[in-house]
Amino acid sequence: MEAVSINERWCKGCGICVAFCPKEALVLEHEKARHIPDRCIACGMCELYCPDLAITVDTSKKPARAKKEVA
Amino acid sequence: MAFQKLIRERFFPHLWCPGCGHGTVLNGLLHAVDELGLDQSSLCMVSGIGCSARIAGYVDFHTMHTMHGRALACATGLKLARPSLTIFVPMGDGDATAIGGNHFIHACRRNIDLTAIVLNNRIYGMTGGQYSPLSGQGILATTAPYRSIDPAFDVVQLALGAGATFVARTTAFHVKEIGSIIKKAVQHKGMSVVEIFVQCPTYFGRKNKIGDAVQMLEQYRDRTAPLGSKKLEADPSLIARGIFKDEQRPEYCEEYAKIIARAQGKEA
Ligand SMILES: Cc1ncc(C[n+]2csc(CCOP(=O)(O)OP(=O)(O)O)c2C)c(N)n1
Ligand code: SF4
Ligand code: SF4
Ligand code: SF4
Repeated sequence: MEAVSINERWCKGCGICVAFCPKEALVLEHEKARHIPDRCIACGMCELYCPDLAITVDTSKKPARAKKEVA
Repeated sequence: MAFQKLIRERFFPHLWCPGCGHGTVLNGLLHAVDELGLDQSSLCMVSGIGCSARIAGYVDFHTMHTMHGRALACATGLKLARPSLTIFVPMGDGDATAIGGNHFIHACRRNIDLTAIVLNNRIYGMTGGQYSPLSGQGILATTAPYRSIDPAFDVVQLALGAGATFVARTTAFHVKEIGSIIKKAVQHKGMSVVEIFVQCPTYFGRKNKIGDAVQMLEQYRDRTAPLGSKKLEADPSLIARGIFKDEQRPEYCEEYAKIIARAQGKEA
């Protein structure tokens, strides 16, 4: 399973997660956020930023390299 | 995280506009409650009226959705009757400082153990964008088409002056601070006031041509700085964030319990 899951029914396409993801791992498509797993470091910020509670991040899925980077 | 167990999922998606900062405060509050491991049945959220006040509908705690401006008055009654409850009182800027301004200063003065959260979007969102006591001079609102001439309250200074014992400020951009400050506010014994700048892109942002939610959040990022930071020292025009006061003073319900004991002749 991927680290980030987006609840499309709750996402309102505000673009906040897209703007502030430190790795540009989110994009807006047809007014919904879409996740790009290859770029993601599972930092968990988008879960906190989303005003619609539409994002959950499993931070245990942090890649080993990225763990160091954000520590 | 496990926020799903803390909300009333049947009411989602919530009614707030795309990008409304009230949702970010709900998000941070749920993370704080989750991290503190609080029992939902020990929590009550008491709100008044406004877009912000609708937050009480979404949390799966005990909740009271009361009258505009009267959330703190109702919360005071509840806390006196059930001192063991942990009580959150989220309020809009109008709710807290216009119609509810009197309740606000007196709750601070009494130092009653509540966690008041002022969701400051500098406008009346629910009723269509009238200016509030927190809008400030030069602001455009439906009731100020030629710009407001009213100076704004500083909620932090107001709470400090009125006697609140925990006073803090952050913004909807600083999402980790929202959680950490709310955690400290809840653990504090006495009146806690947490001001959080939140974006209302629909009225405040659009009327004042600040742009969308992202641009409003960028302003919070760029125009604020942590208390005691070099950034704040270098540019006094920035607005300070952080914990302004965290002190102990006799708490109202505990003092009242002593009065009850005295009246019953059980005084030590
Ligand atoms: C006694 C009373 N007066 C006026 C109103 C109309 N009213 C509803 S919400 C509101 C202000 C909302 O602004 P604010 O408290 O800042 O919250 P926001 O909607 O911006 O979150 C007003 C004046 C009311 N519901 N009750
Ligand atoms: S977890 Fe972090 S890196 Fe991954 S999408 Fe969210 S904000 Fe971006
Ligand atoms: S922040 Fe939330 S609501 Fe906004 S675009 Fe991202 S997922 Fe959607
Ligand atoms: S009108 Fe403003 S405060 Fe109300 S839900 Fe919309 S963005 Fe939020």
